[in-house]
Amino acid sequence: MTPRLQLKQITKAFPGCLANDRVDLKIQPGEIHALLGENGAGKSTLVKMIYGLMQPDSGQIFWQGEEVIMQNPKMARSLGIGMVFQHFSLFEAMTVLENIAVGMDQAVDLKTLEKQLVEISADYGLQIDPRKAIHDLSVGERQRVEILRCLLQQPKLLIMDEPTSVLTPQEVEKLFVTLKRLASEGVSILYISHKLDEIKTLCHSATILRGGRFIETLDPTQETPAAMAQRMVGEKITPPKRTEKTAYGKEIIRVQNLSVESDQPFGNDLKEISFQIREGEILGVAGIAGNGQTELLEALSGEVDTPIDSIVIQGRPSGNLPSNQRRMIGMAYVPEERLGHGSVPDESLHSNALLSGYQAKKLLNRGFIDHKKCSDYANHICDKYKVKQSGINSAAKSLSGGNLQKFIVGREIEQGPSLLIAAQPTWGVDAGAAAAIHQSIIDLAQKNSAVLVLSQDLDELFAICDAICVIYEGRLSATYPISAISREEIGLLMGGITPPLSTPAQTA
Amino acid sequence: MISLKLEARSQPSDKMRYLSPLIAVVLTLLSGIVLFSLMGTSPWEGLYVFFIEPVSSLYGLGELAVKATPLILIALGLSIGFRANIWNIGAEGQLILGAIFGGSLALWIYPDGNIWLIPSMIVFGALGGMLWAAIPAFLKTRFNTNEILTSLMLTYVAILLLNYMVNGPLRDPSGYNFPESRMFQDAALLPILLEGTRLNLGSLVTLMILIGLWVMLSKTLIGFQIRVVGQAPDAAKYAGFNHKKIIWFSLMLSGGLAGIAGMMEVSGPIGQILPSISPGYGFTAIIVAFLGRLHPVGILFAGLIMAISYLGGESAQISLGLPMALTGVFQGLLLFFLLAADVLIRYRIVLAFKSKAAQV
Repeated sequence: MTPRLQLKQITKAFPGCLANDRVDLKIQPGEIHALLGENGAGKSTLVKMIYGLMQPDSGQIFWQGEEVIMQNPKMARSLGIGMVFQHFSLFEAMTVLENIAVGMDQAVDLKTLEKQLVEISADYGLQIDPRKAIHDLSVGERQRVEILRCLLQQPKLLIMDEPTSVLTPQEVEKLFVTLKRLASEGVSILYISHKLDEIKTLCHSATILRGGRFIETLDPTQETPAAMAQRMVGEKITPPKRTEKTAYGKEIIRVQNLSVESDQPFGNDLKEISFQIREGEILGVAGIAGNGQTELLEALSGEVDTPIDSIVIQGRPSGNLPSNQRRMIGMAYVPEERLGHGSVPDESLHSNALLSGYQAKKLLNRGFIDHKKCSDYANHICDKYKVKQSGINSAAKSLSGGNLQKFIVGREIEQGPSLLIAAQPTWGVDAGAAAAIHQSIIDLAQKNSAVLVLSQDLDELFAICDAICVIYEGRLSATYPISAISREEIGLLMGGITPPLSTPAQTA
Repeated sequence: MISLKLEARSQPSDKMRYLSPLIAVVLTLLSGIVLFSLMGTSPWEGLYVFFIEPVSSLYGLGELAVKATPLILIALGLSIGFRANIWNIGAEGQLILGAIFGGSLALWIYPDGNIWLIPSMIVFGALGGMLWAAIPAFLKTRFNTNEILTSLMLTYVAILLLNYMVNGPLRDPSGYNFPESRMFQDAALLPILLEGTRLNLGSLVTLMILIGLWVMLSKTLIGFQIRVVGQAPDAAKYAGFNHKKIIWFSLMLSGGLAGIAGMMEVSGPIGQILPSISPGYGFTAIIVAFLGRLHPVGILFAGLIMAISYLGGESAQISLGLPMALTGVFQGLLLFFLLAADVLIRYRIVLAFKSKAAQV
């Protein structure tokens, strides 16, 4: 059978990095093919070349047996390639129908388009109201709009870039039904992910990339997730060690009835958020992106003012304290964005150690910076957290994402905080570094610190947390002990449904 | 087919960061040759008269320092704000207010004065500049107003205020109604440092301020805060640095230094308050700050180069009969070429060989 798409020896270089090095790929009609690899393995670059957003430096692309040069996305679409991006390209203020019309390559009549749209969405069970504005839709519904947009073009190959990273487990199941149906109708699907369980249940074959290089193509139904992980990472990963805790110490932070209005046009207001964390406890906050996480982090870190009594740290009302003053009573914070928030990209590691550490590590001497102490501190972090760098005078942005993340996590933990707030601590970090970061967070809690981990990655939360709660549309659910709640129940909470739980919520 | 293409560098080139001002100077000189030829002057004579003759005597070097001093002083203050992304464009107005405040103190106690008069005038000059810069600072921190617009517009208010002062309260009682103040008493004049030149105490004060700011930028927390606020506002918030405090600090500092520069003009080379105090030092200092890469030492050199353009313009007018506007043309060319050459920090020029096959 002629493969629908075949890549031969595709190579693409960027200044200072070889993103794809002689990659081969073959996708048959009706096949769901996984493209598997860690962040930075070259998956996105490869699909961008398939979709015509970039051109390869060398190598060939064959479409249904004929060699083609994909000049632009318009050409890719005309051949029958559709793509659903990880970050949606939708206009918030426009309706579903308008968004789809704007993205069409040829002018269309809105009435006919609406009729087509209703037909297709009914056919595939992708319910959507074409007249609704995008900003009223959930993330799952927005993805549906993107998929419908592709289906209208009757694609022969559908590219999905990390489609499930923003979905609840229930929404994932629905998506898989749609994808399997499409495959049965002969549509090929290129499915990009690093979630091995999904690939095992969904995909017919999987191509593994590592460091831009083609490793192998295998049958995921015949492999264990652990074996695939090892090939994806290239080394064996030791899961973090933790001991079961039965008792916690005194309360470190109490948040009560915290309500904050978002300053963003489509942000989420926080509504009456309450929780507490005790010594030695790791609390996880799950939730789909865009449900008030940013606002919650800003309020907890002190980057926005809140009513003084709504946040009590170590018994002290702290809602109006700026972040440097919260650090003085024991807080440390790992923000979600590494470059530009957790670090100053153009400044050296030496200066970035100073950024949040100048109080706790006493790096100032009568207003003057003690450069020797700064260097010692930066070196200490790099040694202890195995940060690969070319000297502490190198700029923060010259480090790889994982190494910079290790530096930031290390910088915060080495200040000996009694309260650590960590947002997406392993986002975009390779598996080896992620394991090290998880271990250091667990070790910190072992030394009686309270930790809050906010993450979209349920695997991460189940691996390190003692208790878990879910944020949905600016409201926080009750807190459940991690052993008393299942993934499915968390999934329902992430979708805004409070499940009938067998175990009562922990209220103490 | 061969074409020139700009290609992004994987990281900004440090070498180019320092080479780019030199490239700009060379290109300005080359344009100078073209310019002089077009005006019918021998280019070599033109360049000599413009750039060499003014500084070929001790007196000329003194003049260089006299012109460079206000440029450097103002640019030092502006560069602090520019680093923090706070764009004070109104240094010219702050300079005028400094001259009015400092000069008025001298005229107020005329004809008395002792050793404390000059230091007091410096303080008054700084206060005048700070007062004028406080308006944009207040508007920005309170109403989020754009400081570029407010500070620039206040310059024109300051010019009108100066005109009112020399036509009214500060006019010389025995000056035949000319719109100027009386000549300052000796105690109100900056002492000359070098006999036979006009080099005065102001240059020394500026040098000391330069060293002080250099230390502040590299060794103190406030210097670090200014850098962080400018480069990564979110990281500054994360560290708990107070953005409003930084806005006030940098506007007060740049306003104060511009005010001192204005006071030192009237108390130095001018010796009285005139309707026109500065030939645009406050605006030229913006070029000086960028040409000097916002670094104190760079600003020192950039100020000297810019001062030559003022001296050269005068000497070209006298010796060659060329228009005074030449100064502005050279200053503009220099900034223009600098901005153009700065592209090379992030990009490199490559020769692209386009083959037909690649285009299909």
